[in-house]
Amino acid sequence: MAKVSLQGVSKFYGKVQAVKKIDLEIIDKEFLVLVGPSGCGKSSSLRMIAGLEEIDEGIINIGDKEMNNLEPRERNVSMVFQNYALYPHMTVEENLGFSLKIAGLAKKEIEERVHEAAGILDITEFLQRKPSQLSGGQRQRVAMGRAIVRRPDVFLFDEPLSNLDAKLRNQMRTEIKRLHQKVSTTIVYVTHDQVEAMTLADRIVIMKDGIIEQIGTPLDLFERPATKFVATFIGSPSMNMIKASIVKQNNELLMKTNDGIIVPVPKDKQNSVSEGQNISFGFRAEDIVPLKFGQKPSSAWEMQSSVNLAEPLGTETLIFTNFGEIEIVSRMFTPEQVKSNDVLDFALNLNRTYLFDENSGLAI
Amino acid sequence: MNKKQINNILIWFSAIVLIILIMTPGLWVVLTAFRPQVDVMAKPAVWIPRNLNLIQFETMLFGGSEGSMGRSPIPVLSYLRNSLIISFTSTFIAVLVGTIGGYGFARHNFKHKNKYFLLIMLTRTIPGISLSLPIFIIFSKIGLIDTHIGIILVFVALNIPFTIWLTDGFFRQIPRAMSEVAMTDGCTKLQAFWHIELPLSRSGIASAGIFAFLISWNEYALVSNLARSTDSKTLTVGLMDFTAQFTINWPGMCALAVFIIIPALILTFMVQKHLVTGLTFGGVKG
Repeated sequence: MAKVSLQGVSKFYGKVQAVKKIDLEIIDKEFLVLVGPSGCGKSSSLRMIAGLEEIDEGIINIGDKEMNNLEPRERNVSMVFQNYALYPHMTVEENLGFSLKIAGLAKKEIEERVHEAAGILDITEFLQRKPSQLSGGQRQRVAMGRAIVRRPDVFLFDEPLSNLDAKLRNQMRTEIKRLHQKVSTTIVYVTHDQVEAMTLADRIVIMKDGIIEQIGTPLDLFERPATKFVATFIGSPSMNMIKASIVKQNNELLMKTNDGIIVPVPKDKQNSVSEGQNISFGFRAEDIVPLKFGQKPSSAWEMQSSVNLAEPLGTETLIFTNFGEIEIVSRMFTPEQVKSNDVLDFALNLNRTYLFDENSGLAI
Repeated sequence: MNKKQINNILIWFSAIVLIILIMTPGLWVVLTAFRPQVDVMAKPAVWIPRNLNLIQFETMLFGGSEGSMGRSPIPVLSYLRNSLIISFTSTFIAVLVGTIGGYGFARHNFKHKNKYFLLIMLTRTIPGISLSLPIFIIFSKIGLIDTHIGIILVFVALNIPFTIWLTDGFFRQIPRAMSEVAMTDGCTKLQAFWHIELPLSRSGIASAGIFAFLISWNEYALVSNLARSTDSKTLTVGLMDFTAQFTINWPGMCALAVFIIIPALILTFMVQKHLVTGLTFGGVKG
């Protein structure tokens, strides 16, 4: 059990700086997810914690101990890899017990701990099999079993679910969460899938181009994105984002899109923008709904547009329509039939419209 | 008959022709080893053997007897000893060094890595025989002519590039994550190599070993220059002992040839399983 801290940590690959002086405090027993698009530096950060990559700058501590010059084996961390990396020439039992054997534990204790871990992950019946005789989900479990059997201070997961099919992925996701509740050890989990991040994390760290964009609880990031990138990255479907500039009419500030559509600046943002400023404004699919089938928000702006495409998903329907030249998505929760080319009135909830400065990308 | 059957017949027919082409010389060597010299030299040729005997093997292994053309027996056992010592030692060293080299090339990045790799492979393009004179001169100056060590050195140098190439391909096939897991599991780099990567690349190492062994075991041209006496002459070089000024003892030579082939065959069968996987997987560079 331990906290992990990264202070000004950097990683260079040749001249490319993959991780740029990041600071991060991971609380004891926390489930922290590093998420971001490929090449954002999340895996490099994880591998530096594991000791598989050298730390080019900064300090990493686990507990109160500096890790910089320690070998992976001296850090007491366990890592679960994307491709499982089970030892193919060993049985499941040998795979699980390998780290204990290396540590020089007595046979009896190894057996006990292997069976305990196998019990937690429900793989006792496969102990005598070789990895090649297991299904994807079983292999994933063995990989996790191999990690917990050592009772490490920190678990590191490197995209552990991306090799599984969708159904199994959901199932294993739940199991990982359950595992965390059972063993309550600090977990650092890397993924590019924001759904995984949202569902698993106590806190999420969003990275992009080697820097941390935002750290927060899943709801924090969803409700209060700090940057335009975070806003579009978190949530599915992606937040609708429209470029505009601030204009002044009748002493009121308005947002004028590139297509000439004019939308009032939300009341609480009136004092935060200035005339001529280039911004983007974003809103989630559920915050622009067909008036006919939804409740009109208290502070609404209305537009009329025809439906390009409708995707009924049962509990909800996604409607693709145009906002000027830009296609946006609307999500309605009423089970009504909507067809292509239907012309509908949409209401945009201005209270839930986000503004971002176009130059800095920061939320306004 | 449909097209498929015709195809099958064609394939079988060409396979049989090919096998006959490949096998006949070998078969002829084996047959000759068991036939009397008179039969072998007969004109017109005696195609179907009239009588077979073991005289050549008896002479070779237990000393002269009647019918061995009255030549002094050849020190086959000394040659065998030399061959075994030289082949096994050089194979062992070549596989050891080559595996470490292959691992280095597969797993580590260093400056000009690809150039070094190419350079090592390029040494294989030099015909071995063209090296015989320079090696002879150098060895004679430092006293390595007619010694086991000298010949072992040559074979090690010949075999290392190939061993590196084969094992490099093999180590590349093992996911890096494998040794990384082992290292977070508490292994040192060396332990990870020993417990995980080495066992996983056994096929590649076995095939590298068998190739190195066969090259050392069968090599003739270089050794014939470097080996002068029973101190270091190998079985293949010993074959020339059967030639006299005016005669060649063909059955005797063939008997020794059979004697040379047998251990190589046994070894090949023993590691055949590895050899196949070794050649199909390890050869492909990732």
